[in-house]
Amino acid sequence: MKVLVPIKRVIDYNVKVRVKPDNSDVDLANVKMAVNPFCEIAVEEAVRLKEAGVATEVVVVSIGDKKCEEQIRTALALGADRAIRIETEVALDSINIAKLLQKVVEEEAPQLVILGKQSIDSDNNQTGQMLGALTGMPQGTFASEVKVEGDKVNVTREVDGGLQTVALNLPAIVTTDLRLNEPRYAKLPDIMKAKRKPLDVKAAGDFGIDLSPRANVIKVTPPAERSAGIMVESVDQLIEKLKTEAKVIS
Amino acid sequence: MILVYAEHDNSSLKAETLKTVAAAQKIGGDIHLLVAGHNCGAVAEEAAKVSGVAKVLVADNAAYANQLAENVSLLVTELAADYDAIIATALTTGKNFMPRVAALLDVAQISDIIGVESADTFVRPIYAGNAIATVQSLDAKKVITVRATAFDAVATDGSAQVVALGQATDAGISSHVSDELTESERPDLGAAPVVISGGRGMQNGDNFKLLEGIADKLGAAIGASRAAVDAGFVPNDMQVGQTGKIVAPDLYIAVGISGAIQHLAGMKDSKVIVAINKDPEAPIFQVADYGLEADLFEALPELEGKL
Repeated sequence: MKVLVPIKRVIDYNVKVRVKPDNSDVDLANVKMAVNPFCEIAVEEAVRLKEAGVATEVVVVSIGDKKCEEQIRTALALGADRAIRIETEVALDSINIAKLLQKVVEEEAPQLVILGKQSIDSDNNQTGQMLGALTGMPQGTFASEVKVEGDKVNVTREVDGGLQTVALNLPAIVTTDLRLNEPRYAKLPDIMKAKRKPLDVKAAGDFGIDLSPRANVIKVTPPAERSAGIMVESVDQLIEKLKTEAKVIS
Repeated sequence: MILVYAEHDNSSLKAETLKTVAAAQKIGGDIHLLVAGHNCGAVAEEAAKVSGVAKVLVADNAAYANQLAENVSLLVTELAADYDAIIATALTTGKNFMPRVAALLDVAQISDIIGVESADTFVRPIYAGNAIATVQSLDAKKVITVRATAFDAVATDGSAQVVALGQATDAGISSHVSDELTESERPDLGAAPVVISGGRGMQNGDNFKLLEGIADKLGAAIGASRAAVDAGFVPNDMQVGQTGKIVAPDLYIAVGISGAIQHLAGMKDSKVIVAINKDPEAPIFQVADYGLEADLFEALPELEGKL
């Protein structure tokens, strides 16, 4: 089966972001960027399915400007076979991303689409589910285990009270949780090989979708700072402070 | 009119729903609460008592037994025609089906709001809570999920009219296989007034027992950092953080947790934060109201004994 893996270029997870002084957005100039951690897990899962003989081809797709080819090459180095980049200069709302991905799904006809459960920049947690609705596919979100069995895929999901397993008819959507796997590191020879793997570029405007924004960002501000606390010397003093000063225990 | 999706487990209404209704009240308009499930009469009764709710719609059918996204999204989309806003709590059920509803309605979804500026303008955290965005939705119909910890629960002194719905939309493309739920006598992590969490510093799963006695004395829920979950000390549903649960208790006690960005995202709105860590440079001390630099293996038994 063919597996499609949409990935996103985001700020590196270790970077402490700064809000621009004009409150228009966060400052991404000269900040380290990386593959969104959940997308990396999605690539790893697809590659493992290929290694297990379940998947025959892994296709990576990313939507963004030329710079996201850096992250696409990373995914190719991790074991994806080929890639598609949908060129756009502007950040798109999840619904518009999902519509573009719907077109890719129609063209590529994958049996499985694996996405990250959320991107660590916008923290939306929407795209996989929206793609599911638009393509009519079932979804296994927040997956910690994926097992393809015949024409179904069993997905164990991380839910509030523990775990839930669902059976989905293929083709299906899976979104990854952190526990699904531990992504490998790309080796140098694989990084070299990845440079020669096919990468198609298509313009977002060519898909005939209205990509106009659905929301205006009015402002972006830093969160309220917590006032500096104090260090206590002993457990006794801690209990005393919690009782008399903070009044959170009695 | 606003449709609020009730979070429940077929037997009781989740406390977060009361907070989601509070968010809906800030948007304004008649509020209807939708209970979709199977054999969920008790939930409907509880829902009818939620203050500020004009009507409770009950879709009681086997198709909704496990609230599968494929089925629930069709139900909600069908009902959506009559409403200006559709709201759910940003818990795993709401996060799962709501974006499907948004896509079926061809609108954007505003996720995890922490504030309501007006009927079309909302406040939400981005970048693991390191920036706060104010966003104006341009869609005619609003599809929103709510971060429950950011709103105060409404009372339960209402008496809404309960209306049974006949719908049974089964998409027929997914089915429920099994659940593996964590049994706990303790309060629910998301709603507990006190949370005590352990991190990598706990060293192993057995040492989490050191937190239990304290949790019992304080009526606290026990949480964990991702490091503790990844190391297999505790199950993942105990994880507090950007990708785990978001909590905002009156008191949060972080034990052996360094305080990575992703963990802080899940707990930094707690009213009082206590950190117990032997590393005086740990970032957790920068957000802690009270910090105790100590070996947790000495401090925890002492704390338990003195509470």
